[in-house]
Amino acid sequence: MATELGPTPVTRPASGGTELHHAPKGVGEDNRLKSQGKWASWLLAPTIIALGIVIVYPIISAIVMSFQKDAGLDPATGLFVQGGPAGLQNYVNWLAQQCASPGGGTVACPPGTLGAQFWSATATTFFFTVVTVAFETVLGFWMAMIMARTFKGRSLVRAAVLVPWAIPTAVTAKLWLFIFAFEGIANKLFNTTILWTGSEWPAKWAVIIADVWKTTPFMALLILAGLQMIPAEVYEAAKVDGASAWQRFRMITLPLVKPALMVAVLFRTLDALRMFDLPYILTGGANNTTTLSILVISQIRQGFNAAAALSTITFIIIFLVAFIFVRFLGANVVEQSGATPKGKK
Amino acid sequence: MKNRRFLLPAATAGILALTLSACGGGGGGTTGGGGGGGDAGANLDGRGPITYVQGKDNSNVVRPLVEKWNAAHPNEKVTFKEQTDQADQQHDDLVQNFQAKNANYDVVDVDVVWTAEFAAKGWLQPLKDKMALDTSAMLKPTVDSATYKGTLYAAPQTSDGGILYYRKDLVPTPPKTWDEMMSMCSIAKANNIGCYAGQFTKYEGLTVNASEAINSAGGSVLNDDGKPNLNTAEAKAGLENLVKAYADGNIPKEAITYQEELSRQAFQGGKLLFLRNWPYVYNLATTEGSSAVKDKLGMAALPGKDGPGASSLGGHNMAVSVYSKNKATALDFLKFMTSEETEKFYATQGSLAPVLGALYEDKDLVAKLPYLPVLKTSIENAVPRPVTPFYPAVTKAIQENAYSAIKGEKPVDTALSDMQKSIESAGAGS
Repeated sequence: MATELGPTPVTRPASGGTELHHAPKGVGEDNRLKSQGKWASWLLAPTIIALGIVIVYPIISAIVMSFQKDAGLDPATGLFVQGGPAGLQNYVNWLAQQCASPGGGTVACPPGTLGAQFWSATATTFFFTVVTVAFETVLGFWMAMIMARTFKGRSLVRAAVLVPWAIPTAVTAKLWLFIFAFEGIANKLFNTTILWTGSEWPAKWAVIIADVWKTTPFMALLILAGLQMIPAEVYEAAKVDGASAWQRFRMITLPLVKPALMVAVLFRTLDALRMFDLPYILTGGANNTTTLSILVISQIRQGFNAAAALSTITFIIIFLVAFIFVRFLGANVVEQSGATPKGKK
Repeated sequence: MKNRRFLLPAATAGILALTLSACGGGGGGTTGGGGGGGDAGANLDGRGPITYVQGKDNSNVVRPLVEKWNAAHPNEKVTFKEQTDQADQQHDDLVQNFQAKNANYDVVDVDVVWTAEFAAKGWLQPLKDKMALDTSAMLKPTVDSATYKGTLYAAPQTSDGGILYYRKDLVPTPPKTWDEMMSMCSIAKANNIGCYAGQFTKYEGLTVNASEAINSAGGSVLNDDGKPNLNTAEAKAGLENLVKAYADGNIPKEAITYQEELSRQAFQGGKLLFLRNWPYVYNLATTEGSSAVKDKLGMAALPGKDGPGASSLGGHNMAVSVYSKNKATALDFLKFMTSEETEKFYATQGSLAPVLGALYEDKDLVAKLPYLPVLKTSIENAVPRPVTPFYPAVTKAIQENAYSAIKGEKPVDTALSDMQKSIESAGAGS
């Protein structure tokens, strides 16, 4: 509509042309673009400001806080006093697992402090992420393939599959806590006497099983959306050409669903990297199930500033993972997902 | 096409930003350390409406009391602000409002273990001079839990102590000492049930149980100056009691997964000879239909080295915020809420243990809550959990190391010296 107006001033100078400027065509377009840009920035301003308050401010304030020392105790009055600037000390303490020493300076964190758990928590977080996302991708794909078919009661299956995803994580965790109790149903069912939450590997598997149970539906849903984008004709053509079911899956389904799949994997990975409620409630972080997020929350209760440093470190770690994903695994995804809808538009 | 390339990274960055703000959200404030100095002297004579903040009023005891107060004090009405029923959330809510110097949080209910932390932050009004409170009728350990560096910062409101539940039908007289109890484990074996259990999952309950073991053996987690005191023979003997009992099966294997409820269910299901737990078990174990120990339930003080053991203390204290505008009213309300009449109401209506010693001998109350005499012994011998402003770090240090020791992953000596070093480090973090 706007583009039609462009040439009109030139074609109707005779109509009196009181309000319209009779400037040369190029300048008019320029002005119009400018005022349009102004308009747009006014319209965008509230959103930008809201984002600034909700996202930018907390991030900046967390980063600023991370360069401050935690409040210390004044031995004379027994009251807390402000810690003052810390420089990079909070970061160094976490990465090198150093803790304050009573004689001044720092020592290697003794077991029982949060500082001593940084690297093990990082390893645990990545372990959980890799294992749960792998399971969820495979199971989610399988569930999506089933849901994509047309059969009687399909909507029922789709609704049923979504139930675990709809339950709040804290409730899920409590649920599984009872299942994995010593006298719980898991041990009864398999006739075992495993201390699920009381020893290292069972505890880890308990967390993994509960997480997979809960988030596979999310994966399945995203993949299902991808599957439904694939036109049926492609399959029909392949069938006519005599492709086997396996060939159709490998040569058609996989490559065409890949963009959706990669986005789903990316989302789940980022989500899994900040896993908190499930291990927190299920095991309390015991037996090497402490994730970075659990560490952050525990640290907040002991000192905000060190916690701010830790959450910034966590942020950087997650950012790096996301960057690697997008840069090396996802670059293809972006171009393909850009290319497919282009044909339609 | 070029633009599209950047769409996903931009979206990713957006998601990540949300992630971080979720992480950093809890820390979005600065520590208001030492700010109490000036505020503590202000508004001491202020009168007017105030707000009382407490966690969820599950057994409906606070509302009737507030109504009663309001009827008598039309110009100094109390508004009741109810928090959630999650202790962690209550703690964080209080911290946020104190940091914001919220004058509307006049009187607050604090868990015994938070009292020192809040006092050291300068958020609680010292109860001395004009604000003095008479605590002579209260049980001493409850007053200790509200005292920091020799100053009373809160009024003990309700208390709680550990009780040893035992099977009357199998054990004729309850054990007085830990060794005596261990020698009775043969009875458990003969009946094919577990002998003793407490709460040994890695959580706050383990701090309670481990400190009880250490205190009962004559040791202590912190000395009088608030410094860790764990490299002692007594502390070692205490923790070793638990470690040994777990290793030789007197504490059943599954107890390492027990919190209060699971341990209660095991005892109630007839699978344990002795159980350390809180008074709430009594009602459930004697009234629930599924209980296998209905008429076989005995109660005694926790066993110690050569007499009653030292229970950890639970319960809540009430404190006045230094930022309150109406502190005179707040103090009156504090006195009202800890009066004998109110305490009796707590006990009958909410089964909350009183802090006034006299009430434990009150005939009506004892008839209603038969565990009161035992609980009195327990509370009289109780040691507050370490009173320290670094409580979150101290409890983590105890949990982490006691857990490893009980599971046999770490010798007792190493566990205690690690505990010692961790607590030292927390105190040095300035």
